[in-house]
Amino acid sequence: MTSNKLKVSTVSFALVLLLIAGARAYSQETGTGESQAQSALSMPQVSEDAVRPAPAAEVVAQDTPNDNGGSIQVRWQLSPDDKKGMVVRYDVERRPAWLSETEYKVIGSASAGSSQVTDNYAEDRLIYVYRVAAVNLLVRSSGDTIPVTSYSAISNEAQSSAQWFNTDRTVVLIVGVIVGFLIIYYIGQAKKGKALFIRKIAGLEAVDEAVGRATEMGRKIFYIPGTQDMENIQTIAGVTILGRVAKLAAEYETKLDVPVSRSLVMVTAREIVKEAYMNAGRPDSFQEDMVHYLTDDQFGYAAAIDGMVVREKPATMFYMGAFYAESLILAETGNSIGAIQIAGTAMPAQLPFFVAACDYTLIGEELFAASAYLSKEPKLLGSLKGQDIGKGLFLMAIVVGVVIQTLGIYDFASLFNIAAE
Amino acid sequence: MRREIPLIITAVVGIVFVVQYFIPHTPFNRFQELFSDWFFIIAACAIWLGALNLLKLSIISIQKKRRDWQYAVIIVVSWFTMAIAGILGGRDFQTPGTGFTWLYDNIYTPLSATMFAILAFFVASASYRAFRARNIQATLLLVAGFLVMMGRVLFDDLLFGSIGEEGIKPLSEISDFIMNYPNLAGQRAIMIGIALGTVSTALRIILGIERSYLGGGD
Repeated sequence: MTSNKLKVSTVSFALVLLLIAGARAYSQETGTGESQAQSALSMPQVSEDAVRPAPAAEVVAQDTPNDNGGSIQVRWQLSPDDKKGMVVRYDVERRPAWLSETEYKVIGSASAGSSQVTDNYAEDRLIYVYRVAAVNLLVRSSGDTIPVTSYSAISNEAQSSAQWFNTDRTVVLIVGVIVGFLIIYYIGQAKKGKALFIRKIAGLEAVDEAVGRATEMGRKIFYIPGTQDMENIQTIAGVTILGRVAKLAAEYETKLDVPVSRSLVMVTAREIVKEAYMNAGRPDSFQEDMVHYLTDDQFGYAAAIDGMVVREKPATMFYMGAFYAESLILAETGNSIGAIQIAGTAMPAQLPFFVAACDYTLIGEELFAASAYLSKEPKLLGSLKGQDIGKGLFLMAIVVGVVIQTLGIYDFASLFNIAAE
Repeated sequence: MRREIPLIITAVVGIVFVVQYFIPHTPFNRFQELFSDWFFIIAACAIWLGALNLLKLSIISIQKKRRDWQYAVIIVVSWFTMAIAGILGGRDFQTPGTGFTWLYDNIYTPLSATMFAILAFFVASASYRAFRARNIQATLLLVAGFLVMMGRVLFDDLLFGSIGEEGIKPLSEISDFIMNYPNLAGQRAIMIGIALGTVSTALRIILGIERSYLGGGD
């Protein structure tokens, strides 16, 4: 009996040992971060020193570049015990440089494996020093956990400040200045009366024809200036072209209908159409209701226009501005009633839909060129010339870049890396 | 002065926006947020202009029994129904269980979804026209479109899925190639043009050369 008990005890003890060894092996293989540290430390006999991780090293603090101040970046080298799973997190502590060693405050934490924290609570003009605490957790037999930390050496002194120029955007500034200079230069040339060749844009050449067709058929012209508000440059371009179309409509005495989806666009478009009718010498033909609001809602707007199109069967439809999924719903409905359709947008995803459903499509930049093109005014045409030369420079840069990058001479693409906002 | 003041405001605001992009220092870093806030405040107030305009035109249409005036009745009834439901719901009108939310969830949302769903049929009819092989370009478009479609609908699994553990997926690879190289290159070309066009338009407006957005005159 005693022998059996002894056997059972021995086997049980062996099984317990096996289980513990298995658990350890499992936690080392699969465990990460806190859970791993906890399971490894749940042995009651483990001392704090045994689980204390080696400290992080080479803590460097520096002012966050290209910002508005109030921010310091802290970087460090990971603790050698990080890969062993003995680090749960890193606490970054800060104190003003003149205060004593005991005045540290935690300003942020990073998970194991991370080596950077940004202190967004720094005051400009104050000098700070930082230290990084590598933290592990000791789980006691009672189930309580206590953090076991080891501190790095103190960092260099650092001070946050606001910058007056965002150096990440130097390339944008250079390119912007070059393109801006070219545009202004050609505007100047145009002012002096120099003849400028501007390539023909089929969609804009067809505007006269489209308005004329509506006149001949005695039907309306529908002008849709997109679904975005006046802060969108495409909407601005759209309502600018509206002025030219409205002037033609006034001259031909053709009915114009401008349903809009934004109140501010309604106010602006109404003013533009009114001025166009006055410039055409037909202020009496202008009616405020030509420009009317439908709804801000994308599909409600599309549904309302579709209904109007099907009922009123306009001869001509213009879509000029920013469009999303409603583009094809509108254009296909216009196509189904046989209207001549001219679209223009700078939304690349919607361009194929317009190309498929409309007679003419202004692709991207052509939308922005339309106002200048239609006005035939030298100053405006000069800006188009500058824009085209700018495009030529971009093409050259692409060709040169492809050659340099392919030959491995230099990382040309890195010149054009721009930090996001 | 009627034209000069808007031109000056446009030029100053335009220049400030350009400058703030390059200067993170106070006060420039706050301008974008400040102007955006003002824009949204003005736009929120201006919504009444649009809403009242819609109501006015609809009521006139009903009064004068214009063509299709019945649709105007629906607009007026819907307008007042949603407005009253919102007002009765008080400050929490958007919380679940209110009349406004019920109308929104059970009428507005299905109607919007219906309009969006119609897009599928329009895509089919537009594709039919666009993909007719009338000339070489249209034929190329047709072939490219066909390959992309085959790759995207996972025909590979059906045709080649049994070969190897992972399966050979030539259609997916061809589809990805078309999307990642010729398609992306074309899109980027368009984006470069758009960026230049935006710069050009912005300069014309800031310099006061483009004035037609102020109303007709050049």
